[in-house]
Amino acid sequence: MKVLVPVKRAIDYNVKVRVKPDNSGVDLANTKMSINPFCEIAVEEAVRLKEKGVATEIVVVSVGDKSCQEQIRTALALGADRGIQIDTDLSLDSLQIAKLLKQVVDKEEPQLVILGKQSIDSDNNQTGQMLAALTVMPQGTFASEVVVDGDKVNVTREIDGGLQTVALNLPAVVTTDLRLNEPRYASLPNIMKAKRKPLEVMPAADFGVDLTSKVSVIKVEPPAQREGGAKVADVAELVEKLKTEAKVI
Amino acid sequence: MSDELIKQQEIDFQLYEVLDTESLCDRERFADHNKETFGAVLDTANKLASELFAPHNAKADSDEPSFDGEKVSMIDDVKVAFDAYNEAGFVAGRYDYDEGGMQLPETIMTACSGYFLAANPSTTAYPFLTMGAANVIRSFASQELKETFLPPMLSGEFTGTMALTEPHAGSGLADIRTSATLAEDGTYRIKGSKLYISGGDHELTSNIVHLVLAKIPGGPAGVGGISLFVVPKYRLDDSGKPAERNDVVLAGLIHKLGYRGTTSTALTFGENGDCHGYLVGEPHQGLRYMFKMMNEARLGVGFGAAVIGYRGYRYSLDYAKERTQGRLPPKTNPTDPTVPIVEHGDVKRMLLAQKAYSEGAMSLCFFGARLVDDVHTAKTEEERKSAFELLDLLTPVVKAWPSEYGPKANDLAIQVLGGSGYTREYPVEQCWRDNRLNPIHEGTNGIQALDLMTRKIWQKNGAGLALLQKQIMSDFSQAKGAESQKLIASVGSYVAQLEPLLGTIGKALQSEQLLAVISNAHSFMNVFGQIVMSWIWIRQAIKAEQALSGEVTEQEKAFYLGKIQTAKYFVNWELPAIKRDLELLTQLDSSCSDMQTEWF
Repeated sequence: MKVLVPVKRAIDYNVKVRVKPDNSGVDLANTKMSINPFCEIAVEEAVRLKEKGVATEIVVVSVGDKSCQEQIRTALALGADRGIQIDTDLSLDSLQIAKLLKQVVDKEEPQLVILGKQSIDSDNNQTGQMLAALTVMPQGTFASEVVVDGDKVNVTREIDGGLQTVALNLPAVVTTDLRLNEPRYASLPNIMKAKRKPLEVMPAADFGVDLTSKVSVIKVEPPAQREGGAKVADVAELVEKLKTEAKVI
Repeated sequence: MSDELIKQQEIDFQLYEVLDTESLCDRERFADHNKETFGAVLDTANKLASELFAPHNAKADSDEPSFDGEKVSMIDDVKVAFDAYNEAGFVAGRYDYDEGGMQLPETIMTACSGYFLAANPSTTAYPFLTMGAANVIRSFASQELKETFLPPMLSGEFTGTMALTEPHAGSGLADIRTSATLAEDGTYRIKGSKLYISGGDHELTSNIVHLVLAKIPGGPAGVGGISLFVVPKYRLDDSGKPAERNDVVLAGLIHKLGYRGTTSTALTFGENGDCHGYLVGEPHQGLRYMFKMMNEARLGVGFGAAVIGYRGYRYSLDYAKERTQGRLPPKTNPTDPTVPIVEHGDVKRMLLAQKAYSEGAMSLCFFGARLVDDVHTAKTEEERKSAFELLDLLTPVVKAWPSEYGPKANDLAIQVLGGSGYTREYPVEQCWRDNRLNPIHEGTNGIQALDLMTRKIWQKNGAGLALLQKQIMSDFSQAKGAESQKLIASVGSYVAQLEPLLGTIGKALQSEQLLAVISNAHSFMNVFGQIVMSWIWIRQAIKAEQALSGEVTEQEKAFYLGKIQTAKYFVNWELPAIKRDLELLTQLDSSCSDMQTEWF
């Protein structure tokens, strides 16, 4: 069984995010970039399926300029077999990414596509769902457990009320939640092995997808500074403040 | 603590701008590598250190290991981190591919070690000690010993230690008493006591391989009679698995100021006459072998001191940016908002000093690591020899300067935090306590100063010094910016004093003033160290100026201007402090040597 894992290059979760002085976006110059944590969980899940003998080949795909090859190599060092970089300098929205991925799905015909449920930079939580719709595959999102059973995959989903398990016919799309697994570390010998694994570069322009963005960013602002609290003398003062300052009652 | 253990930009600047680390990939040994593989290896180090080492740094300090008379116990997190380090393949990172290694350059391994040392120095000590001990076995032991002990050490099944110090003999190793007597089976029976042996006992691994210095009875007196032995905690069975106890007993744990997560032990060897030891190499060569490890360990100690200094710097910087206190002229009205303390001049002074000490010390150590690479892999024999001589000269400085100034940086971090800094609720006091070990171990800084002043400067007719001068001149000749040229001129006036000073010292060392002049060894280290560090800072300023002449973002501009400003601070504030030392040395001051014991 072939598994396709799309991954995204995103700002490292340890880095304190700085907003550009002109509020046009986040300042990424000289900032540590990593594989998006949810995508890393997706890679780990695919590698575990391969270790169990369920998956036979893991293909990792990323959309972006040459720098995202770094994240593809990371995925290869974690255990994926080959990589595809869809080369573009443009900053794309979820829908365009999903359309590009659809073409990769059409070509590669994976039985399972595992994606992160969202990326920690834009927090959209859209690509997996859009890809499922475009490819007309069933989807199991926010997975905390994935069990392949013959021509079905049982996906346990984290939902508001608790856990829900859905059985999907393969091929299917799964998006990962945080508790699905704990990704391994890329060991030094595997980093060297990853260097020799194939990585194909495909220009995004060749995909015949309209790459113009339908979403424009108006303004990016850092969260408001948290202000210090104050002690109130008695209940009366509290009620007064809730009425006049906080205006919640 | 701070968001990143070591700023990515700082590592990139040191590795790829100040040093041209990528050029190492042109060498046959590193031909399989490129900037990308280096980056991936550094990423794994950074990730492991951030996720598995840093989170239990404070806990390993507050819940230090304990001994119930039978076993040592410690918090579980240490073993999780230790195992992950081994599984990732770092222990053999420097070794050949066919030994299961990665043939990584020392420069990259040093950068990796920076993440671990910044995250949690005491847990890091276990794999680092093992790597040091494995290196000695790999370099000097017989094929049989290598085949027996190296594989389990490299895979993390066994750890290693170096057992040198005895209760009565620390710096003065010539006087050790531990004995090794040849037994009928060709191995030795070890008898004696060792003290302050780091990692000397624990339950992290199924066995511990002690490298023990001992004297074979009848051998030469003093250091020439010291031999080196492999002494495992458990002797191995025919399949190489730990079996019988080897009469190495933990007498007790020592309770330290810092580095508390690393066990420090008092060990008794051969109390029941049944402690088997295996000779490493030739008899009476033990100290020479051990010094190979010590020299590498000294680079490691310097770098550890630098990055612990750096952690305190980053933490106190973040704190100073957030903590508001007081007002600045002209806005001193009580209705004016209070300012972050980073805006106060004296706080800037303390942060600049920390930046100068820690980033400078890191840069010096990276230069040292690059020399290690050049010693082994430079293209010509001549280059390899030069690298060796320059490294040999600089080793005492690489150990002593960072380990003197790293704790000074941590002291200032405490001061920046004020009352908070003095509490255990904030991490900077632990940085200071951990770092306070570094001027002491692997040869005290006093010994480093003596080594530099009485030996290293003069050896091979000053070949090392000549090479250093050449390197400095070559770096300075690249200065194009006005600021760096000005700094070079300031340093020049001090460098010019070195030659006559060396003349004075050289003569005094061979006269009745010997005791007076060696009592000023610390001043000599200071003079030499501050000049070396001025060069190290100007090197960075030159690279920053070069970068600024191209296109840079606002954020990059701030980074490079910060480098230039710190070089300026170092040359204007720190370097002139050697005037006193120059005076003392020129006068062959005898204030210390004349002091009589009874007068204290």
